[in-house]
Amino acid sequence: MPLSGTQIAKLLPNKKGCRECGFPTCFAFAMKLASGGTTLDKCPYLTPEAKAQLEEGLAPLMKLVTVGTGVNKLEIGDEEVVYRHEKTYKHPTGIAILISDKEEEAKVEEKVRKVMELQFTWIGLTLKADLVALQFESGDRSRFLALVKKVIALADLPLMLICEDTDLLFEAYGICADRRPLLYPITEKNIDAVIPKIKERPTPIVVRADGVAQLVPLTAKLKEEKIEEVVLDPGSKNIFDAIRDQTFIRRAAIKQEFRALGYPTVVFPCFLAEGGIKEAVVASAFIIKFAGIIVLSDFDRFSLFPLLVERLNIYTDPRIPMAVEAKVYEVGTPDEYSPVLVTSNWALTYFLVSTQIANSKVSAWLAVTESEGLGPLTAWAAGKFNGDVIAKLFKQTEIANMVKHKKLVIPGKCARIKGETEEALGFEWEAVVGPNEAGGIPAWLPGFAKQVKEGAAKA
Amino acid sequence: MEYKAPIESYPGVVREVTIGKGNKAIKLGGENILPLHFFDEGSRPNAPKFALELWDMKPEDWPEWGIEPFKDVISDPVAWGKKCESYGADAVCLRLVSTDPSVKDSPPEQAAEIAKKVAEAINVPLIVYGSADADKDAQVLPKVASSCSGMNLLLGPVLKENYEVVAKVALDHGHTLIAQTPVDINLLKELNVRLSKFCPLDRVVIDPLSSALGYGFEYTFSLMERVKQAGVIFKDEMTQMPIIADLGTECWKTREAKESKEQALIWEGVTALSFLLAGANVLVLRHPDTLNLIREITGGNGK
Repeated sequence: MPLSGTQIAKLLPNKKGCRECGFPTCFAFAMKLASGGTTLDKCPYLTPEAKAQLEEGLAPLMKLVTVGTGVNKLEIGDEEVVYRHEKTYKHPTGIAILISDKEEEAKVEEKVRKVMELQFTWIGLTLKADLVALQFESGDRSRFLALVKKVIALADLPLMLICEDTDLLFEAYGICADRRPLLYPITEKNIDAVIPKIKERPTPIVVRADGVAQLVPLTAKLKEEKIEEVVLDPGSKNIFDAIRDQTFIRRAAIKQEFRALGYPTVVFPCFLAEGGIKEAVVASAFIIKFAGIIVLSDFDRFSLFPLLVERLNIYTDPRIPMAVEAKVYEVGTPDEYSPVLVTSNWALTYFLVSTQIANSKVSAWLAVTESEGLGPLTAWAAGKFNGDVIAKLFKQTEIANMVKHKKLVIPGKCARIKGETEEALGFEWEAVVGPNEAGGIPAWLPGFAKQVKEGAAKA
Repeated sequence: MEYKAPIESYPGVVREVTIGKGNKAIKLGGENILPLHFFDEGSRPNAPKFALELWDMKPEDWPEWGIEPFKDVISDPVAWGKKCESYGADAVCLRLVSTDPSVKDSPPEQAAEIAKKVAEAINVPLIVYGSADADKDAQVLPKVASSCSGMNLLLGPVLKENYEVVAKVALDHGHTLIAQTPVDINLLKELNVRLSKFCPLDRVVIDPLSSALGYGFEYTFSLMERVKQAGVIFKDEMTQMPIIADLGTECWKTREAKESKEQALIWEGVTALSFLLAGANVLVLRHPDTLNLIREITGGNGK
């Protein structure tokens, strides 16, 4: 962990009572520093030693690195834990598509379009890939430079430039320097030549070495030069090595507080697998295993979407149950004779129930109560799913005017709220007990829907 | 500052559980290391095992690419079981879907008969899942246990509502239990404590209830990760059982699996590999391509 308030207080002047930082005491200032609510430069009386020690101690365990600029910029790193159940992961893995300068123009355009246009809506969020990685592979320098020019003209996306020829890499950087591209690779061989160029025009860089330990002298050297927008590539040769290297880097950064490895990483599923389904599944391992960026050789909507959903799932807050908005949802194209089902607003419950309604091939209204993101049974036990909660939802929504019948379906496991629900709704509605599990809906709902429709038509 | 590789070692060991009998038997668990952490100190004597599932009735809502590998055997559980085995499954998982009161409510005797025939026809262990309707399973699973007496099925789900009825009979007939609780580490431990009163704990496999990618996946993932860590890092006896990830059915019932074959296989593949990374010791899959893919990714030299 970074320094605590008490540890910080010991390094402050403490005797002056100057209040120049805006706080009544050094201790108050220290507490605020520890929580990130103020900055060190507010204290004018720090000794140089204390200042250096505090700067080091207050720095995040892993650097935040920003690739690109503007609304599309990608932020990675700044993680605080190893496992997701400890605390929320902060910056979702960036997903890159690899474009070689050997590829045809049409293919290049298609790939750039995929990053821009393959967008998916999922529980009200828009999911999409993040960046393009341009690779020098043709041997023809002008071809690579033309590719960079072409892509920056096509899209305002974050870029990664991959080029083993350092001079060419920086020539390409010159073309798109205002985009803050991520430059790859900086190695033992070119680091001395690269340092002055980066200092002159800062941009994030990937440091590559043959193994985790070999990265350390390189990042140390960069840090001396105050270059810290760094991403790590330990050069892993296969999947097991990559899991090991990613785990070691994350552990070193978080558990050992070893700052020379306190940077985000890049993993190349495009080189670890041979494309297709395998590459997508291999990539999924590194959304879990700590990658800051994964580079894919290609994707289509069916291979990208699962990875986007996985990334969303892994990067959600593990402590808060995921909730959906309390309202009446349409499943299929319901009309005034369609059944009304009621459940609570835990996202998982909502997903399962709406999926199973869809599977039953019956259109229905799904009324979701405000139950603090709990499942129906848990919510019932906590007093968040009962007759009153359901009545409140019915009052707040137009559901009563949307259908020409008075039957609502409650979850089978909450059968005991039937009476109180009918009472809370002024005995205008009949609460029908549905299946125990969402899985029972496809078998049960078609018959019930028919019954509702016939009943309403008769009336 | 000098770098020292952060290699870890673990005090706890996952119990080794044997399922199947004689030359059909396989072992689950036994590791004292986190999943695929071959770089840490410890060992994993038994690689994760892969089962393919079959249903006791012809499924109606599977997409064609889910049926395709089994199309000639889809109405015949025995032939279907053999087919699963021919695809290289380490075990076969019979799902007694038809016994569900909201499906066909088929009688326990019929389920017991089918289980016996499938178990006898295959040369790998049989896993049997009831419908997860606690009351119906309390009738079905004891019948299955007795018709397959001595075959050491992996049998469940044993729930907190029916464990007294199911577990005792299953143990008497020499089977191993699937103890299932709904995505909660405390409920999971509580059921294991109750079982431990009369059941040797090397006869129990934990099912923390698997969800498909996008449908509660992260809850299962983190729970498996926590259960495994509680067992090997914190030596919690009540979590030191092998974990079963029963994910095939969950993945294939999503609307995404029904949209395209490619997406279906990636959906199942991502879910499977993630649960394996979280700590699953046996995975129940639906498609043989997923089995081959995950085995290839995790089984060989990592290439």
